[in-house]
Amino acid sequence: MVDLVNRPYARAFEAYATQYPDEILCLSADLTSSCEIDGFRDRHPEQFLSLGMAEQNMMSFAGGLGLAGYRPFVHTFGVFMYRRPYDQLMASIAYPRRKVRLMGFLPGVTTPGGMTHQSIEDISVMRSIPNMTILECGDATEVESICEAADSIDGPVWCRVLRGSVPRLFDSPIKVGEIRVLSEGADVLVVTSGICTEEAMRARAAFAKAGLSIRHLHLHTIKPFDASALLDHIQSVTHGVVTLENHVTEGGIGSLAAEVMADAGVGKRLMRLGLRDTYAHGGSRPYLMRYYGLDALALVQGIERLLGEEFDITEDDLDAVRVDDVHSLVKAEAL
Amino acid sequence: MTDIVTFVNYLGCIMRNERSTEEIALGIRRRVFEHAIRNNGGYLSQACSAAEQLAWLYNEELDLGAATLPMVPRPFAGVPALGNDAYHTGAGYNGPAEPEFDRLFIAPAHYALAAYATLIEVGRMAPEGLEMFNKDGSSVEMIGAEHSPGMEVHNGTLGIGLSTAAGLAWGRKRRGEPGRTWVFMSDGEVQEGQTWEAIAAAAHHRIDNLYAIMDVNRQQCDGAMSSVMDVGDIKAKIEQFGGVAVRVDAHKLDRIREAVKTPHRGKPLIILANSSPFRGMPSLQLRFPGLHYVRFKSEEERSRMNKEIARSLRVDPVAYEGAH
Repeated sequence: MVDLVNRPYARAFEAYATQYPDEILCLSADLTSSCEIDGFRDRHPEQFLSLGMAEQNMMSFAGGLGLAGYRPFVHTFGVFMYRRPYDQLMASIAYPRRKVRLMGFLPGVTTPGGMTHQSIEDISVMRSIPNMTILECGDATEVESICEAADSIDGPVWCRVLRGSVPRLFDSPIKVGEIRVLSEGADVLVVTSGICTEEAMRARAAFAKAGLSIRHLHLHTIKPFDASALLDHIQSVTHGVVTLENHVTEGGIGSLAAEVMADAGVGKRLMRLGLRDTYAHGGSRPYLMRYYGLDALALVQGIERLLGEEFDITEDDLDAVRVDDVHSLVKAEAL
Repeated sequence: MTDIVTFVNYLGCIMRNERSTEEIALGIRRRVFEHAIRNNGGYLSQACSAAEQLAWLYNEELDLGAATLPMVPRPFAGVPALGNDAYHTGAGYNGPAEPEFDRLFIAPAHYALAAYATLIEVGRMAPEGLEMFNKDGSSVEMIGAEHSPGMEVHNGTLGIGLSTAAGLAWGRKRRGEPGRTWVFMSDGEVQEGQTWEAIAAAAHHRIDNLYAIMDVNRQQCDGAMSSVMDVGDIKAKIEQFGGVAVRVDAHKLDRIREAVKTPHRGKPLIILANSSPFRGMPSLQLRFPGLHYVRFKSEEERSRMNKEIARSLRVDPVAYEGAH
């Protein structure tokens, strides 16, 4: 059973931002407690700017703060930070390489809020924006280290941040640009990011018992990306590659792997798992991950399809699903 | 350091007093007219409506240091990117970004031609700069980019300038910098919701070192704003959103000079400069409502406009290739 950490972002942001009272600013768009910065707002009002439900202004305003030499950390749900204010993100932040840290909460299906709240194509969008860096948290340790990691970037950074009760899977902080090698098997390469990494870890032991050795990589840095390291891992497995992401299969880490393989002329198979050209709807995380094929069982089935072989792995063979207590106080709010 | 700053300010004062703002406004119109005739069209009406505003900002109101970039603009040197260390914006034509100096954004980036003409008239750019306008490989772009002379941020998508300036102004105020942040705006921008978000944010955060002068010429790309999408009473709306707005005649400099003295403690000040898009070039009235970008429809029209506008501006007609 994995350790669960309660609201790691709240503590990590406060600890980091207060080291730079004259440089770092905390911006919020009416989702302050939902982004776990309510305590920061109350204790450090001089570093906090409430900009209301006005994201277009917030993005250009943040660009202006960047021009003034500040490093604003912009907090809201990820989806609200690029769909409506995309032009402002481009012109006021990305083009001029402002040191704006875009802390996007509720990535993919981590919200029951449905289509309007689920950022399912943000990585695709951010990957195609020149000057943008993309980081994604997969566990509490990465949430705890994302502020420092993001703030080390000379330019804008898009961060997929997890909130509430977050499992601790790793014991070392994010090192920007590095790939985490979680297992060094030789049969199939599994590449995951975000909350899908925990799912892949649940499936790994079952495959080991069934005699398939998996090489498992976790990506916290999606852009810039070191293709050569991934290619080395691809070369070191006998069969193909399976990617699993909390995102549409177009433009995310599945596409990233495809591009790397095609560019290098790698003749191995690739199975891209994620949201398959579809929107999601509102529901609990385990339900949505099952329904849309983002969980451990979906990975098992994907690997079976890739190999054309059944491993007779059932749900009972997978490590226990982590079930959040829906009545827990650690949940920030309904959305 | 203080001595140097004082000296630079002193030089600035001398420069400002060299020519009257009226002369500079006339010079802006003349340069834009000449350019448009030579190129068979251009953003002419913007010079008509905005000449006094831009001349006043640069010649009187703004406290700017001496230009830090070469009088003849450098060619395009790439976009901002990791490794492009030589990259710089065009802000150096407005002087250095020192705490005591003002900053200016040209929010409607298609006013670039008029803005470049202003830089020339106030001695911050060489006349050769305008020859590079809209030429491939040049930084003197048709729609002012952030690397274009006098520009510091991209404002080509209308409505983002005031927000960016609000952020810059808030940040400067927090550090106790005395310099103001100014935006030259256009009235068409008030159709964009972001403008109202920016005013509300500036009022909420008491950003009173933020100033704007808006060229209220009531024109936009499709024609008269009243026909495209009427915006109603801009002054009342700004005040409702928490700003301070003052209406003036855009062509009466004394009114503009008075307007900027309006108390606006805790609020941004926006001067609404009611302007004529034909001012100084009455012949342009024949082109109404297609004033956004005036391209001459025939050699006959070009030739006639050349003679008539030249007469209005008290200059000789432009000798261009193929003129008759």
